[in-house]
Amino acid sequence: MGGMTCYGPVEREDNEPFFHADWERRVFALTMLSLGGVANLDEFRHAIERMDPVHYLASSYYEHWLAALETLAVEKGVIAPQELASGRLQGRAAETPGPLPAGVVAEVVRRGVSAGRDSGRLTPRFAPGDRVVARNINPSGHTRLPRYARGKPGRIERAHGTFVYPDSNAHGSGEQAQPLYSVCFEAQTLWGPDTPSRDRVYIDLWEDHLESA
Amino acid sequence: MSNDRHQAPPDPRLEKRHTPEQTQALEERVKALESMLTQKGLVATDSLDKIVKLYENDLGPLKGAKVVARAWVDPAYKRRLLSNATAAIEELGLGGLQGEHMVVVENTPTTHNVVVCTLCSCYPWPVLGLPPTWFKSAPYRSRVVIDPRSVLREFGLDLDESVAVRVWDSSAEIRYLVLPERPSGTENLTEEELAQLVDRDSMIGVTKAGFEPIHEGER
Repeated sequence: MGGMTCYGPVEREDNEPFFHADWERRVFALTMLSLGGVANLDEFRHAIERMDPVHYLASSYYEHWLAALETLAVEKGVIAPQELASGRLQGRAAETPGPLPAGVVAEVVRRGVSAGRDSGRLTPRFAPGDRVVARNINPSGHTRLPRYARGKPGRIERAHGTFVYPDSNAHGSGEQAQPLYSVCFEAQTLWGPDTPSRDRVYIDLWEDHLESA
Repeated sequence: MSNDRHQAPPDPRLEKRHTPEQTQALEERVKALESMLTQKGLVATDSLDKIVKLYENDLGPLKGAKVVARAWVDPAYKRRLLSNATAAIEELGLGGLQGEHMVVVENTPTTHNVVVCTLCSCYPWPVLGLPPTWFKSAPYRSRVVIDPRSVLREFGLDLDESVAVRVWDSSAEIRYLVLPERPSGTENLTEEELAQLVDRDSMIGVTKAGFEPIHEGER
């Protein structure tokens, strides 16, 4: 949706709580702790993108999480559709490595789960300062190349290192780890001559999103 | 923060509050999902309670404010923060989930940085906690890349034309934090006092760090 102007003013809430209802707390916690046993994060983001667009825009953030987690749990065969509807187990539960114990939750949160890799495509094809063009590709699935940058020329700002390629990992095609860059685009290149000439947009893009200018 | 920002009437298309019936339906769906995930051995109830408590009570923008205040008082730390943010933040015992790789960008009198994730809602959780709803909303995500100045005006920040605006459209893999300008007249403040001046919005880059203490609920 980057670059659309139809959604009105940014609405804010003073002293906003982290959660607005108890079901949001549960969805947050369920997703954080079970997703690893269901799907990867790129599949999760893609599952949100696959929501019906009207439902997506009309529903709250944690409803997106709920919809995506339900979708993936069923698609991956973790939960049968009838089980989801009834809340009752049909047949026997599958073997799992077991849930994350409460005692290690804080440690996992503190340590994180890096998508950085020291394998895959390690040598960056581009260096800071290089002129590049964001490829004009329009895949039907998940991509981290925003529509508003496609076909636009930019400049490499920095190379972040080698990271899992979400466009591949979201579709079960492996991690295809490759260099990730911050790419600088002039606002006028993206939005035309009426935009302030000094303004810039920096977008994180993977090597397969880019070609030499 | 000034309060002239809530003048716009609520847009019914964006009202996402639920009727009691809708809330009940959601509660039932979540209950069924929790029951299944628990019975199938994917989650444990005490772990669910633990992670909620962690994000509701222990994580929030106070952590990021510490990083900013340290950078304001310690030029060597600031250099490390701008060249390798992940390592510099780790020096303060911070980092982790949804912030494994960090980049910090510095505001100056001539450059203003602001962070967004147009594709989803990526946000530096270890230093700011969970994001506010507006950061995840369609109006912010869509408009701040094409018209950042009008979005910032809605937050009460009217930037001079001479200031260059840099918008950072994050990936999930790299999370961005803005290092706001240190307010003038703060030369005699301690690091702890300085941290009080740094609120969440100034580290997203939609406002500047100021004198007004931040609201308790936003910490």
